[in-house]
Amino acid sequence: MSVASDVGTGPGGPGPTRRRHPAVRVLAAEIIGFRRNWRGWIMSSLGNPIAFLAAMGVGLGSLVDSGGGSATLDVEYVTFVASGLLAASAMQNGFGEGAWPVMAGLKWRRNFEAMMATPVRPRDLLAGRLLWGVVNFTGNLVAFAVVAMLFGALEPGPALMGILPALLTGIAFEAVATGYTASLGSDTGLTNAYRFAIMPLFLFSGTFFPIAQLPGVLQAVAVATPLYHGVELTRKLVLPGAAPPTVSAMPAWVHVGYLVVMLAAGWWWAARRLRGRLYA
Amino acid sequence: MAPPAVVARGLTKRFGDLTAVDGIDVTVAAGETFAFLGANGAGKTSAMRMIATVSPVTDGELSVLGLDPHHDGQVIRSRLGVVPQEDNLDLELTVRENLLVYGLYHGLPRTVIAHRIDDLLAFAQLEDKADAEVDALSGGMKRRLTIARALINEPDLVILDEPTTGLDPQARHVLWDRLHELRSRGVTLLLTTHYMDEAEQLADRLVVMDHGRIIAEGSPTDLIVEHVTREVLEVRFGTARQAESSDRLVALDLPEVESVEQLAERAIVYTRDAEATLDALGDHGLVPRGHLTRRATLEDVFLRLTGRQLVD
Ligand SMILES: Nc1ncnc2c1ncn2[C@@H]1O[C@H](COP(=O)(O)OP(=O)(O)O)[C@@H](O)[C@H]1O
Ligand SMILES: [Mg+2]
Repeated sequence: MSVASDVGTGPGGPGPTRRRHPAVRVLAAEIIGFRRNWRGWIMSSLGNPIAFLAAMGVGLGSLVDSGGGSATLDVEYVTFVASGLLAASAMQNGFGEGAWPVMAGLKWRRNFEAMMATPVRPRDLLAGRLLWGVVNFTGNLVAFAVVAMLFGALEPGPALMGILPALLTGIAFEAVATGYTASLGSDTGLTNAYRFAIMPLFLFSGTFFPIAQLPGVLQAVAVATPLYHGVELTRKLVLPGAAPPTVSAMPAWVHVGYLVVMLAAGWWWAARRLRGRLYA
Repeated sequence: MAPPAVVARGLTKRFGDLTAVDGIDVTVAAGETFAFLGANGAGKTSAMRMIATVSPVTDGELSVLGLDPHHDGQVIRSRLGVVPQEDNLDLELTVRENLLVYGLYHGLPRTVIAHRIDDLLAFAQLEDKADAEVDALSGGMKRRLTIARALINEPDLVILDEPTTGLDPQARHVLWDRLHELRSRGVTLLLTTHYMDEAEQLADRLVVMDHGRIIAEGSPTDLIVEHVTREVLEVRFGTARQAESSDRLVALDLPEVESVEQLAERAIVYTRDAEATLDALGDHGLVPRGHLTRRATLEDVFLRLTGRQLVD
């Protein structure tokens, strides 16, 4: 790899320099941009889980637990929803990071184009953005876990267990969303993807109720969708003792395999689309 | 001796059926200031993007700083500064942060970046604006920041695509002054422009580009000597009489006149002696409503070669 020799050593330059991989440089630049937005980030990282757990977990939960829900679920409804929301919120964040910032980088803010005048290649840009996703989503998920603990929905140990599978879900969604965004001409496609893909996944992939509650055909559809695997994997790790229908009957490796393949395919696609866009 | 900054042989760029760059041959020596002069759509940006290694070469050969853009793009870009036609500064960052982020992309240590930022802010005359939002800068300041940003890696070659388009005359002069300074430091400059005065001001050598091809090459003075007379007489006969009068002017076939370009509102007469020509016109009853004698410029070269004006 030519990274070792890609630093300009013009006159007056210092001696040997530390050379970080270009993807790490992209991450460092993302963090500089983030420094200006951290307040908004904290607000949404804490605000969203508080709103959802209060409304869905506590409000709706008391109804579910006092009705037929307790017969179906192994755990309190608030715990069931919190474990599902870990993955579902990671999906939302993953889609969000792969959508608008990428469209902006290519069309509005055009910082991707600016990056291409440096040793950073499209693939480094992508790897750096996904790396930033890992950092960013981990922060989101930790905030979520803390809120869930405060609501009494999750114990610290199980909450911690849920972060890794949720993170995998988020990154897989970011990769695919990046590839999708890089193939779009305008942002109407993004609004549509949110409306017609992300929202239905959010509602029907097992986050709020076991998919066993769905009619047979829709169950098959739900099983094919990525969020289902993210939710089930996360819940399996958060609730190790739970049995179907609280968690899926599938072995965990099926869920892991699905998400890993999705991440790999999304990464490959996004790299291709970004190269096509930026190296015209 | 450093290799030439750029060597292109038969360099071609096609977008589908459209040939944007049509087999150009160019050699830019190290330390030289070299310009591509051409109207909009001539293929200047397409050529610059290939040289900046962000646009694959369709055909022909290209070497930049002695390296192959296809295989050594990363190394080339580490030694290149690029000022794109349209500013792509990060409007979400401050002036200083724009420079910092670029230094990071180049993999420079932060201590080095910090030093260079101070120097570059001084160079770009933006010290007062260091912590301002980029959005708040004037067009000329943005352009200077873009140039400063392109220098963060102390490049051997700086590519400037229409550096002063859209700037007011004063901002242009400030910018030219900065470019002269870079030049005197020995940095190789490759710029495109559709302003002949800019090419005349800055370039050691230039090529005139039209429809993807190079139609003339040389120093500004050489090109003027080669393609036009030193003196130029412009005559206006008024809209109604212009066409007919300039036809008659051509028909006179005056001995000192080399050629005539007939435009809608004026005729441009390339002549060895502007005063004598004007007198001769009077003698033949062709008294213009207005006239102007001036030195020939690159604009005239372009007009002579293509029959069109550079900027309309
Ligand atoms: N990415 C592109 N896709 C298709 N056509 C392009 C692209 N870039 C430039 N062109 C076309 O190539 C020609 C040359 O454009 P350009 O290199 O921008 O010229 P200039 O910079 O001299 O104005 C124009 O006809 C332009 O429309
Ligand atoms: Mg152009």
